[in-house]
Amino acid sequence: MAVTDATGNGSGESAPKVALLNNPEIRGWVFQIILAILVVYLAYTGWANMNANLRAAGIASGWGFLGTNAGFAISQSLIEYSQASSTYGRVYIVGLLNTLAVAFVGIIFATIIGFIVGVARLSKNWLVSRLATVYVETLRNIPLLLQIFIWYFGVLRLLPQPRQGFDFGPLGLLNNRGYFAPKPVWGEGGIFIVYAFIAACVIAWGVGRWAHKRQMATGQIFPSFLFGLGVIVLLPLATFLALGAPLTWDIPEMGGFRPSGGMTIIPEYIAMLVALSTYTASFIAEIVRAGILAVNRGQTEAASALGLRNGPTLRLVIIPQALRIIIPPLTSQYLNLTKNSSLAVAIAYPELTSVFAGTALNQTGQAVEIISLTMLTYLTISLVTSLFMNWYNNRVALVER
Amino acid sequence: MKKLMLTSALGAAALVVTGAAASAATLDDVKAKGFVQCGVSQGLPGFSNPDADGNWSGLDVDLCRGIAAAIFGDGDAVKFTPLSAKERFTALQSGEIDVLSRNTTWTMSRDTQLGLNFAGVNYYDGQGFMIRTSMEINSALELSGASICTNTGTTTELNVADYFRANNMDYELVAFEKADEVVAAYDAGRCDVYTTDASGLYAQRLKLTDPGEHKVLPEIISKEPLGPVVRQGDDQWFNIVKWVHIATVNAEELGITMDNVDEMMAGDNPSVKRLLGSEGEFGAAIGLDNDWAAKVIKAVGNYGEIFDRNVGPDTPLGIARGVNALWTKGGLMYGPPIR
Repeated sequence: MAVTDATGNGSGESAPKVALLNNPEIRGWVFQIILAILVVYLAYTGWANMNANLRAAGIASGWGFLGTNAGFAISQSLIEYSQASSTYGRVYIVGLLNTLAVAFVGIIFATIIGFIVGVARLSKNWLVSRLATVYVETLRNIPLLLQIFIWYFGVLRLLPQPRQGFDFGPLGLLNNRGYFAPKPVWGEGGIFIVYAFIAACVIAWGVGRWAHKRQMATGQIFPSFLFGLGVIVLLPLATFLALGAPLTWDIPEMGGFRPSGGMTIIPEYIAMLVALSTYTASFIAEIVRAGILAVNRGQTEAASALGLRNGPTLRLVIIPQALRIIIPPLTSQYLNLTKNSSLAVAIAYPELTSVFAGTALNQTGQAVEIISLTMLTYLTISLVTSLFMNWYNNRVALVER
Repeated sequence: MKKLMLTSALGAAALVVTGAAASAATLDDVKAKGFVQCGVSQGLPGFSNPDADGNWSGLDVDLCRGIAAAIFGDGDAVKFTPLSAKERFTALQSGEIDVLSRNTTWTMSRDTQLGLNFAGVNYYDGQGFMIRTSMEINSALELSGASICTNTGTTTELNVADYFRANNMDYELVAFEKADEVVAAYDAGRCDVYTTDASGLYAQRLKLTDPGEHKVLPEIISKEPLGPVVRQGDDQWFNIVKWVHIATVNAEELGITMDNVDEMMAGDNPSVKRLLGSEGEFGAAIGLDNDWAAKVIKAVGNYGEIFDRNVGPDTPLGIARGVNALWTKGGLMYGPPIR
């Protein structure tokens, strides 16, 4: 009341007289609450109805199955997995890691190829730009599933049987069961090399910041990239030698059916990786081209006027500005690539959809639990990727001075 | 694959939203829509396989045609839904199909935990291994370290696991979504061994580049009783599916064939008369006409005829009756009496 009095006449006095129903603020709240109740009610009914139906149909439900023994083998596993004792929960983790393994590496390759092809399309060299155009137009216009089949069966047909396979000696074996690489076996103190590597990264980062600041302040250039590279290579190497080279290699050898020992990269993974990264790269190339073309031509001319050569112009003037346009659509390509990795089920690459929403679903029959968990997982992966890319986008966004 | 995820997701969604309607009176639904919706494989010669014109044939297909004949007197009143191994149970649970007749192994967990019932066994199978003759392997016990191609979401996956574990052998499992890709990958040399039900091995061998270069190893490592599946909670429909199969077995035992049904109906044998409906009210008890079994046999023949036509020695599959012979001939096919 004091407030009303203070504001004085007219509007302040009339406010309490408006009927409660006509007060826009209260009405807004009422509608919000009604909507919230409706949503909660619908969700609850759906949930209760599902439970009732599952019970009526005699279908087992609950999450207990995650702790029971899975009993089937998985051809690629980044963590310890044994068909004899591992649970469905473990199967989920193995599938998730396999999805991330192909998506993460795929994103890196797709980005590299995409940038190269995108820049190549703008090249003044007729042959280079035409080749890039053919690449983009072919790959982005053929369905991904077909490309996966082509790569997979292509890879299989090209590679020889294990007994006639290529033997690269200490570099491993290559045949249609996969690439069998030597596996590093770390001896005593191996972990210190990892520490040394981390320390080197921190030093390189610190020096980089210092060099940047100094250049801003004094204009003097310090070769921080070469310095950082040197530290990152030399420091772990020195530690390695100081420890007396505690490393042996487990070199795969041909067994009865296929090589044993070492690390195996299965053909399904190779096919999936190649298909996903080349396909997505064709889209990224277009995004990169669009980003570069969107930078005003005056920027290039201004850079030339300042005496910058072509390389630095691209690197220091064009790309940083193009990135602002490139990043948001690039994010959706990354998300697409991750989700497309579920197509791997067609060629027996054991990722999340294949082993968890596939085999595990079939063995346990618990469709509701498994499909929800799988959807939630893809959602989480996508949201995390998005968050990271948004953070990066904010970093490279135009800083007003 | 996307379609598959969609089916599974839709199935899951259907479980959320549909009422209990799916479990009640499948027979009424079938009569109302005028055909039986039957879930079959995506193409397994001898069991359920479409020809160039899209006409389905096979042992499992004939069971569906028999069911349609029992209800409508017309063996063609069936629509087929090709399903992958992964999709099949969800499709049945969600009511997308009325009966699943897709070389499906009867196991306890499937029978008790999925809300489904197995209505008998129409083919006794067992899991086997196929390998290139050039590998010079004569026993499954020599397969330690082999790469094995199979279908995902099948009992075969678990049988292999058990067998290799029990014999202390190591292996690499390469599991595909569709049977066609399994065959293609095996043919391309990705795997040393292709494993599935023995009948399937003979059927898929026909699709290989050079069938003569491959042989089936003698070991049968599992029991695979294959049979039709229905939803739990509709006993009338369960009875119909179960007794259609039994009728074909009993018909073979009684010597009733597709051609002599009418003569036999006029005969004096009381067992024959009860089966064919000229005596008793057995059809009414399962909600059908009394001559339901006669219609089944007119449409698809007795079990022996079905077997010989689809997988028998004179077909490309060339499978001997073996354990699938009548009990009177040393096999396992034994039809409970109709009385």
